[in-house]
Amino acid sequence: MLKKIIFGFSLFALVFSCSSSDESTISSSSDGFDRSTMLTNWADNIIIPAYQDLDAKLVTLKADKDTFIATPNQTNLETLRTSWLNAYKVWQYVEMFDIGKAEEISYKFQMNVYPVTVADIKANIDNQNYDLSHPNNNDAVGFPALDYLLYGVDVTDADILVKYTDVNYQNYLSDVIDQMVLLTDTVLSDWTSNYRATFVSSIRNTATSSVNKLVNDFIYYYEKGLRANKIGIPAGVFSSTSLSTKVEGFYSKQYSKVLAEQGLKAVKDFFNGKNYNSTLVNSSFYYYLNYLDRASLVSNIRAKLDNGLTKIGTLNANFSSQVETDNVKMTETFDMLQLAVVSFKVDMIQAMNISVDFTDADGD
Amino acid sequence: MIQQLRTYLNTPTNAAPLVVFRLLFGLMMCFSIIRFWYHDWIDLLYIQPKFHFSFYGLEFIKPLGNYTYVLYAICFLAAFFVAIGFKYRIAIITFFLSFTYIELMDKTTYLNHYYFISVLSFLMIFLPANSSFSVDSYRLKKAYKTIPNWTIDSIKLLLGIVYFYAGIAKLNSDWLFKATPLKIWLPSKYDLPLIGETLMQQEWFHYAMSWSGMLYDVTIPFLLLYKRTRWFAFFFVVVFHVFTRILFPIGMFPFIMIVSTLIFFEANFHLKVIALIKRLLNQMFKLNHSIVLAENYSFTNKKLTVGVVAVFMLVQLVLPFRYLAYPNELFWTEEGYRFSWRVMLMEKMGISTFKIVNSKTGSYFYVDNKDFLTPLQEKQMSFQPDFILEYAHYLGDHFTKQGHKNVEVYVQSYVALNGRPSQPYIDSKIDLYKEKESFKHKTWILPFNDDIKGL
Repeated sequence: MLKKIIFGFSLFALVFSCSSSDESTISSSSDGFDRSTMLTNWADNIIIPAYQDLDAKLVTLKADKDTFIATPNQTNLETLRTSWLNAYKVWQYVEMFDIGKAEEISYKFQMNVYPVTVADIKANIDNQNYDLSHPNNNDAVGFPALDYLLYGVDVTDADILVKYTDVNYQNYLSDVIDQMVLLTDTVLSDWTSNYRATFVSSIRNTATSSVNKLVNDFIYYYEKGLRANKIGIPAGVFSSTSLSTKVEGFYSKQYSKVLAEQGLKAVKDFFNGKNYNSTLVNSSFYYYLNYLDRASLVSNIRAKLDNGLTKIGTLNANFSSQVETDNVKMTETFDMLQLAVVSFKVDMIQAMNISVDFTDADGD
Repeated sequence: MIQQLRTYLNTPTNAAPLVVFRLLFGLMMCFSIIRFWYHDWIDLLYIQPKFHFSFYGLEFIKPLGNYTYVLYAICFLAAFFVAIGFKYRIAIITFFLSFTYIELMDKTTYLNHYYFISVLSFLMIFLPANSSFSVDSYRLKKAYKTIPNWTIDSIKLLLGIVYFYAGIAKLNSDWLFKATPLKIWLPSKYDLPLIGETLMQQEWFHYAMSWSGMLYDVTIPFLLLYKRTRWFAFFFVVVFHVFTRILFPIGMFPFIMIVSTLIFFEANFHLKVIALIKRLLNQMFKLNHSIVLAENYSFTNKKLTVGVVAVFMLVQLVLPFRYLAYPNELFWTEEGYRFSWRVMLMEKMGISTFKIVNSKTGSYFYVDNKDFLTPLQEKQMSFQPDFILEYAHYLGDHFTKQGHKNVEVYVQSYVALNGRPSQPYIDSKIDLYKEKESFKHKTWILPFNDDIKGL
């Protein structure tokens, strides 16, 4: 009897040791869903091209900035503003990829924290002594800081141009843009040099694997970066009163809608696996859900995202004035965007049975 | 009948299985507590959260701040004393109380296997598990060779209840005819070697696992009881539990169950185990063997003990059926779901967004759950009505204290069960701040859009 028990336990030890073996044995049988293809599509056709585009737009921005600083006139200011907007729109396509180097260096916190704290920016300009990468400066750098620097430092354009005769203003504008270029270079070159390989090969179902992290990033972006930051917070759905100064692009007063639309398009495109540079679609969430026999969930999510886009289309170009004139439309938009949060966080996560728990406690 | 019962209650049996059970149980508990501590879960689950979800009527049981560590230390010591059989009665009572207190501190962490430990340790208070091969018997220089047979049977019965009830809970249309939730869970284990991309993706395999899991649970107590099938049954116990351990994050539970089922084996097996350990101990210490062997252990308060154990078993048999007192689908409302051996039975997820409304002005705002709850708490809260209600009251109190006037608390809640599309869960027009917790049916849970047949 004792022998049998010992045999039983050794069997159990054997099975157990097998279960914890390394991941090199993963086969690429056609039975399962091919995560490598999905990750490759994400990396090669969506993420890296979006970063490359952003990088190119920022290079233009930097050149236009140099021209502007050399000759601060109205034409150069207009050009600079245009290249800022072009880069800002592309930014909406990369904000969700808070993974790899971007996560490591808190990229998104150095690129798009709004509203800015004007006092911090002014103090930096006056002191000329700052570490732009310091977390305390997150609300004084990036696209929102440029929004302020290009539109908000004074009331009229003529007055703004006067400011840029001051070398302190020139320096700060220059440093903020250079920093954005540098950060984006860092993230992009990490993707192209080594992170892509790591990313594509990490196909296990663990809280730190690429698929799981990107599912989390994607949902987090939709819920927080898009729904809450762009719509909900200004509309006052998390506070007792509406907060019209908290919109994205507050100082330019005309772009909050177009930026929100870009963000939602980025979400939709990523869900559909649409290539950044073309209309081709490859493996992404919708492929995955179809593989899991959840075609109805796919159409449900698509309809909700399209409804969200339509609803945003009815808003004022400047969300700040939308909040002040007719905030009900803003809260309605928020409620509409919320519907897809349910589909993502409940239905999609359940279908994929993704490990999202950061608490690694036991279940039963 | 009465005569038969009397004979049964007086039938003696060798004390070895119970004694070995005590030792292994104590050691498993020691190990579990070390593991829990080592993973820093005490801090994560009981110290960090600002708010804790209580069991109805037991709201006074809360984590003790940094003293929670002391509680765990006491629990560990008690488990160790149980293992070695030192001051056994005091040790097992202390263990039962401290472990149960821990279990009740926050229902977010409710696990059936913790409940199992609690009920088992309660039962063990009444069993002479220190009657031999224990520090107690060594100190008293007296060991009992036999104990009443019913004491061992009571543990077998409890284990049998756990398996059998877990089995009949699977007799429902989702488990058997849709193979959910295994159909959802198994494909996500694609990263297992060999079987991950093959078996785990096959629909027939999901059905095979659902049915065999059900059959295993329902039959295993009986297969363990009969000598001819016992070895076969134990083999399945090991395979089943190891398999579930590989698939799911269920911690120590499989090992505890495997070790527990050893009690079904006959005394000569346990005597060999004792002999083996004694030999090892003798090599390490020079032990004095002047222990007097006494015959049958007899209870000082036999009638009371038997009475308590009998009532306890009756409660165990009836409690899992309390859900029948509630209307609507059990999986949906979860009224009577806990404490019923419904283990790994459904895949349920939800999202619950709370709205704080000023009833006079109509102005409102939404709550960010992350401000108050840990990710685990938020996850558990989102699909369980009693959590939602308790949290709504907490939010109501919090915002009233902050100076908000005429506070009403509403929730927009969506839940998906076993891969069905998510649907509204709680009536969003009900001010939960006015609703009271009770054992009555919660009328503000919206009806389930589908039908799950079975037990």
